[in-house]
Amino acid sequence: MAETPILEVEDLARYFDVSRPWLQRVLAGEGKRTLRAVDGISFAIPRGTTLSLVGESGCGKSTVARLVVGLYPPSKGRVVFEGMDLERARAIAEQRRRMQMIFQDPYASLNPRWRVKDIVAEPIRAFGMTPGAAAQQAKVAELLTQVGLSPLDGEKFPHEFSGGQRQRISIARALSSNPDFLVCDEPTSALDVSVQAQILNLMKDLQARLGLTYLFISHNLAVVRQVSDRIGVMYLGRLVELAPAETLFTTPRHPYTRALMEAIPDLEMTGRQRIPVGGEVPSPISPPSGCPFHPRCPLVNDRCKAERPALIPARAMKQGLTACHAVEEGRDGGVPAAQRIGTTATAL
Amino acid sequence: MAAVARMLDSDLFWSFRRSPVTVISAVVALICILGAVLAPLLAPHDPFDVATLNLIDAFKPPAWAAEGDAAYPLGSDDQGRDVLSAIMYGARVSLLVGFCAVLFSMVVGVSVGLLAGYAGGVVDGVLMRVADIQLTFPSILIALLVDGIARAALPSEVHERVALFVVIFAIGISAWPQFARTVRGSTLVERNKEYVLAARVIGISQLRIMLTHVLPNVLGPVLVIATLGLSNAIISEATLSYLGAGVPQTQPSLGTLIRIGNDFLFSGEWWIAIFPGIALIAMVLSVNLLGDWLRDALNPRLR
Repeated sequence: MAETPILEVEDLARYFDVSRPWLQRVLAGEGKRTLRAVDGISFAIPRGTTLSLVGESGCGKSTVARLVVGLYPPSKGRVVFEGMDLERARAIAEQRRRMQMIFQDPYASLNPRWRVKDIVAEPIRAFGMTPGAAAQQAKVAELLTQVGLSPLDGEKFPHEFSGGQRQRISIARALSSNPDFLVCDEPTSALDVSVQAQILNLMKDLQARLGLTYLFISHNLAVVRQVSDRIGVMYLGRLVELAPAETLFTTPRHPYTRALMEAIPDLEMTGRQRIPVGGEVPSPISPPSGCPFHPRCPLVNDRCKAERPALIPARAMKQGLTACHAVEEGRDGGVPAAQRIGTTATAL
Repeated sequence: MAAVARMLDSDLFWSFRRSPVTVISAVVALICILGAVLAPLLAPHDPFDVATLNLIDAFKPPAWAAEGDAAYPLGSDDQGRDVLSAIMYGARVSLLVGFCAVLFSMVVGVSVGLLAGYAGGVVDGVLMRVADIQLTFPSILIALLVDGIARAALPSEVHERVALFVVIFAIGISAWPQFARTVRGSTLVERNKEYVLAARVIGISQLRIMLTHVLPNVLGPVLVIATLGLSNAIISEATLSYLGAGVPQTQPSLGTLIRIGNDFLFSGEWWIAIFPGIALIAMVLSVNLLGDWLRDALNPRLR
């Protein structure tokens, strides 16, 4: 890849102060408490591709999305957009125009008091892109058509639409500033399964047509597999594995990723014994020492408890990065042989 | 036309029609407001025109009493002024002060609440503590304090001229924390909604987000508080005027009329105090009932 990636994230971290009020803290004799929502992650997204971040609730994936568009300032590390530090890029309207965000909740992401045409036109007006009311109207009509709505829908209010239609309006708004980079924070998780597919297809179409780059946040592995070029698996604010989509699904390396794959419901695997992951996700307020996954990991040893693993190329693989001592040392039993296909016969 | 048709078709109008109490209060409130606003056209006499006053007409009982005079439907006072006309002109002052005071406290309260809720942190802490401190004092006490300071600080002829504004300010300033608290609460909810985040991603300025995105979405409850606040403001004004601290004698409000009538209550001329009192009660009660209805009608949980 000779081209510079559109977005680079280096050692990004975001801590939140979740201490109790000062007086209560003094009375109880406790110190400040910080929640490490995102704790040192790095990745890059090449132009025109989709990187997905997956993980359980509370693993920090939405925080990454908000850091990347500048809604939160990072506590540590940096975000580089088009070779420019994010804070500097955000100060320039022309650069800001090129990044947009699609949100999770289609019922909260549109101002209920605004007409759809005004919602969609907001970025156009903010960046002064299309002067003249008639030209603006034409642009809004074009955008609504592009996302599969009628230009007449512009006169309506958001409450007159279904969740899927609202998400289309959200996409139209995001596209109205002709962005190159879209951050999608769980854009389908509030929708019905059938509508999810429609929205995902729309997003893929738009990517092919407009050459968009996506950072896609989701907790749904099936959705992620459909849209991603590469997938990052997050656990407790850290990236534990980053690999091309198919590689991740056929040969997951990190014990946590494997556990996630095990948990995917699958018709062919009906009745097969699953190995559940014991325990709960630890609190990001007091994360475990060393590898964050060590209290639940079947391959744990003393090194895992003491030393935080770095995200390095996985052993015996052409592609993919893994943050796991066991994989590095070869304690994980090597590359799993396409486990999901091989086990079907024995299960039945 | 389309707007009217849409209004008649709305849920709000439907719930309005279904409640007879509300319809009656609306009619009473409308009569009060029309009577006050159109007093110069409708009132049988001009109580401020000294040339038409005649002491012979003083202390006439209401028209239906034995010595009543049809020209004075609700009787006349010690100066020979028509009580009905005085009430209509008095209601004008009461309503004017009430509306302006509510408007003033609404502007102050909504601004403060919006700023506190949206900015958060230290700004929020300071503004809301000020509101809390003010809420510990009864509002009539604050109004009396402001009025007293104005009286002491301003020369009497200046005070006479600005007295109406002093009363509006005094009542308005005593009611803003209500608005501020409500708006702050709604703002705290709205500012983290995703449509606000979307505007921030675009890079809309914070002030613009506050005014164009957050403000329209926090105004619902404000309308209810404003309606209920109007009746409170009218009562406060009447209380101040009754205590002699309110509007100047040259512009008597309902409170002033009640105070004047109070002097004759025990000498048998009851109508001078009772009718302005009934007018005040009718006005305040109808506005209050309208406010109650509005609160319930706009509450999605009670639908």
